Amino acid sequence: MENIVSIFVKSIFVDNMIFAFFLGMCSYLAVSKNVKTSLGLGVAVIFVLVITLPINYLLEVHILKEGALAWIHPAFKSLDLSYLAFILFIAVIAAMTQLVEMAVEKFSPSLYASLGIFLPLIAVNCAIMGGSLFMQQRAFNNVGEATSYAMGSGVGWMLAIVGLAAIREKMEYSDVPAPLRGLGITFITVALMGLAFMCFSGLKI
Amino acid sequence: MSKLISEKTKEVFLGPLSKNNPITVQVLGICSALAVTSKLEPALVMGISVTIIVAFSNVIISLLRNTIPNRIRIIVQLVVVAALVTVVSEILKAYAYDVSVQLSVYIGLIITNCILMGRLEAFAMGNKPWESFVDGLGNGFGYAWILVAVAFVRELLGSGSLLGFKVIPQSVYDAGYMNNGLMMMPPMALIIVACIIWIHRARNKDLQEK
Repeated sequence: MENIVSIFVKSIFVDNMIFAFFLGMCSYLAVSKNVKTSLGLGVAVIFVLVITLPINYLLEVHILKEGALAWIHPAFKSLDLSYLAFILFIAVIAAMTQLVEMAVEKFSPSLYASLGIFLPLIAVNCAIMGGSLFMQQRAFNNVGEATSYAMGSGVGWMLAIVGLAAIREKMEYSDVPAPLRGLGITFITVALMGLAFMCFSGLKI
Repeated sequence: MSKLISEKTKEVFLGPLSKNNPITVQVLGICSALAVTSKLEPALVMGISVTIIVAFSNVIISLLRNTIPNRIRIIVQLVVVAALVTVVSEILKAYAYDVSVQLSVYIGLIITNCILMGRLEAFAMGNKPWESFVDGLGNGFGYAWILVAVAFVRELLGSGSLLGFKVIPQSVYDAGYMNNGLMMMPPMALIIVACIIWIHRARNKDLQEK
């Protein structure tokens, strides 16, 4: 239980998807123009992460890992399917995103309209795929830990995008040098936020 | 031969290197661009891998473009890209193991690199294979040169070396020079890219926003 809490807190602050690994940058930069939309996208990302990561964890442990197929027949013990991980993970993610898209369209048309093109693009959001690949690398002990990692990185991502959106809303009225307007100043803002987040890196839990 | 290097093809190839650069103008593929650039070597390998994958997935999707049903095109594209990435990742593991360890998850993340999906959607779905191939190469090189430029600055200032060789002489260190440890931290990559964008847009006034 302690382990689960520490993984959760760590993945929000220390291993933040945006500031430590730059995952999901594309939609992060493109959708962070106002707080409301970015909150919606953040929630969608958390949701997709929490669904896909445990599924991919189970696939990894019971099918892909070396010797994982021994539960079917002892003869499969030497089989190592981990080279299939990329294709399998992305297939799960793409299918789940389609599902979430249909659900959002049905239950919240206004959110669907404001997310627009970015909902299907969650499938190609690096944060989702990155979550699964980091899960593979870190070898969690059970599904609970994998889920708490998914939840934590999703919350960390949402925190980052809502924070950036709030800063950008205020920055509308500032006098930025013309060549830096838009993209350039956003990069610098993210860098400064990243520097601030670095103070968590010494955190021991 | 004259058809192979027609004006349009040339434009398709040269555009992404500057005026239509995938990173500084189209804002695609930022994640990996920032994360692998603390050293020059992984940045080079990443640039080459992405170029190869974009070029070939562009060709494959362009060949298939009239047979893919519109509703499932994203999944088809993802599977094609994932297969190519798996091949590249296995090759790297076999022949350049150290680099593939340094790149860790970012090789797998080429699948979700927005450059790929962006080019497949915007170009390969509507153009002939040869032009798509050239477009892939152009975008790959446009991406690679930004990576190499960022990695050059970061490795030079951050660890005083290039491609692992010391380039700043010991006498400079003796005189009190120190490596800038901050350069190895993730946020500095953002600042360097921001500077590139600044210079780029100051020269090309038509790219400036608002």
